[in-house]
Amino acid sequence: MSAAPPIMAVQNVVKRFGGFTALNDVTTSFAAGRLTSVIGPNGAGKSTFFNVLSGSFPPTEGRVFFNGTDITGTPQHKLAHMGIAKSFQITSLFPKLTVQENVRIAAQAMRSRFGLWQPRSALNLSDAVEALLLRVGLQDRRHESVDTLAHGQQRSLEIAVALACEPKLLLLDEPTAGMSPEEAREMMDLILKLNAERTVILVEHRMKLVMGISDRIVVLHHGTLLAEGTADDIRRHDEVKRVYLGQSV
Amino acid sequence: MESNTRPAATAKAGPMGGLVAVIARHRVLAALVVLAALPFVTPYEALAVNILIFGLYAMGFNLIFGYAGMLSFGHAALFGLGAYGCGVSIAKFAIPWFLALPIGIAVAGIGSVVIGWFAIRSRGIYFAMITLALSQVVYYSAYQWVSLTGGEDGLRGVNVPAIDVFGLHFDMLDPLVKYYVLYALAAVAIALFSRILHSPYGAVLEAIRENETRALACGYDVARTRWLAFILSGVFSGFAGALYAIHLSVVPIETLNYFNSAEVLMITLLGGMGTFFGAFVGAYVYIMLQDVMTVVTVHWQLVVGILFVVLILFFPRGIWGSLLKWVRA
Repeated sequence: MSAAPPIMAVQNVVKRFGGFTALNDVTTSFAAGRLTSVIGPNGAGKSTFFNVLSGSFPPTEGRVFFNGTDITGTPQHKLAHMGIAKSFQITSLFPKLTVQENVRIAAQAMRSRFGLWQPRSALNLSDAVEALLLRVGLQDRRHESVDTLAHGQQRSLEIAVALACEPKLLLLDEPTAGMSPEEAREMMDLILKLNAERTVILVEHRMKLVMGISDRIVVLHHGTLLAEGTADDIRRHDEVKRVYLGQSV
Repeated sequence: MESNTRPAATAKAGPMGGLVAVIARHRVLAALVVLAALPFVTPYEALAVNILIFGLYAMGFNLIFGYAGMLSFGHAALFGLGAYGCGVSIAKFAIPWFLALPIGIAVAGIGSVVIGWFAIRSRGIYFAMITLALSQVVYYSAYQWVSLTGGEDGLRGVNVPAIDVFGLHFDMLDPLVKYYVLYALAAVAIALFSRILHSPYGAVLEAIRENETRALACGYDVARTRWLAFILSGVFSGFAGALYAIHLSVVPIETLNYFNSAEVLMITLLGGMGTFFGAFVGAYVYIMLQDVMTVVTVHWQLVVGILFVVLILFFPRGIWGSLLKWVRA
């Protein structure tokens, strides 16, 4: 496969909610610098898998590794400082603050811990904020408050906020959720560009969107790892065809 | 402009909004100008001192309640610890006032470190209940430890008849002089408080209140940020308590009573939670109302209660908060 060492790996991960097993013995790894998509039909365990990767909750069994370090159960805020950022499936921003302030506060997390006496502007984050706004094309909306933005723009801001911690690994949970096909294509272009500088793991419900851009695809079904490989491998995979019955893969 | 507390709102402002923006930019100065005139808009000076002290107390409470979004029902303990810390130092150990004040603040600080450590792990109603329970522990401890605190009778003999600084003599028995001495001390606290709100830490507090999950994902240690907010809030409340001890010359046990926790909540809600001036507006209205109504009826709390219900129903932002909204709309 690839020569690069894995940036992230999961080993025999099991996640149970009461009697329900959402993830059952999943083992896989993600190569650094690549764009990997995690796909699967509804209820496949994609979101649970995403939450285990991003540290929202620890797995019931098994271990999660980041750059060779065991990060199972590490508090979320520490993961951000290690270089793992995420965007949420349901837009999660600071709704009453402006676009600019959303990005600024996210960027600030990497600079100071508890600065009590200097003013906020003393941190000199404007260049970083400017670059991030340009990156996602929101520079003209900077003074607007988040709740006045269109859905697609909120999704873009979500990416900018995630990028603000200068992550080595970007985890995206259905970044195109609720987007028009047009917006979704633009988002995929953006994700490809972001992938040029960092590893991206993308959870996506719509299979067609990710087929063209992913280096590797992981297919989950009923909480187990059904298949993994290149887009061509997945297209030819009999089990995947059966699971996605009726859809042209 | 990026450093403003409410950047979204200042963008769209009419002529009145422009005035509000100017006041917001110089909020410490504005607060100090208004407070300087306070003894002349109250029936007597001692009332102005009460408004100043309870405004300060509500300002501290507002940090955890309005800015961090957590309802503490135990701030009487922090206010009271400040009052007893300062009062006991003066009355029992004859420590000069300028050392007794920081001792009071430190005692309240230690109290908030401990209470905060336990309470910060819980949310919502549980946070309110734990802070209430722990403040009751402080209340009964002071109640029992008669030799130190005077118990039920309160602590007597917190006498600071005069203050001499830089060769100047201030007669604390003159109510107007006392007001301006306490005002000068409060000014330092108000300036510090504004600075904290303006700091990167203040921005994090707002962010956590807006969206805790996102703040965590951004890399903020939410639990520690909240703990620090509780401690800072306690330090300001304790400072108000310490001034209260000097003001009254006694520390009544009621300072530690849970009713005192409820009062600061009422004051903050009346004025407007999460607003800089709300604490003092609320203190003014509450204490003036109490003063006027006690003359008319012994059931003054009934009147305050009705006003409170009306405000919560129709003006949940409080007096200052509603005014701001009206001006900016």
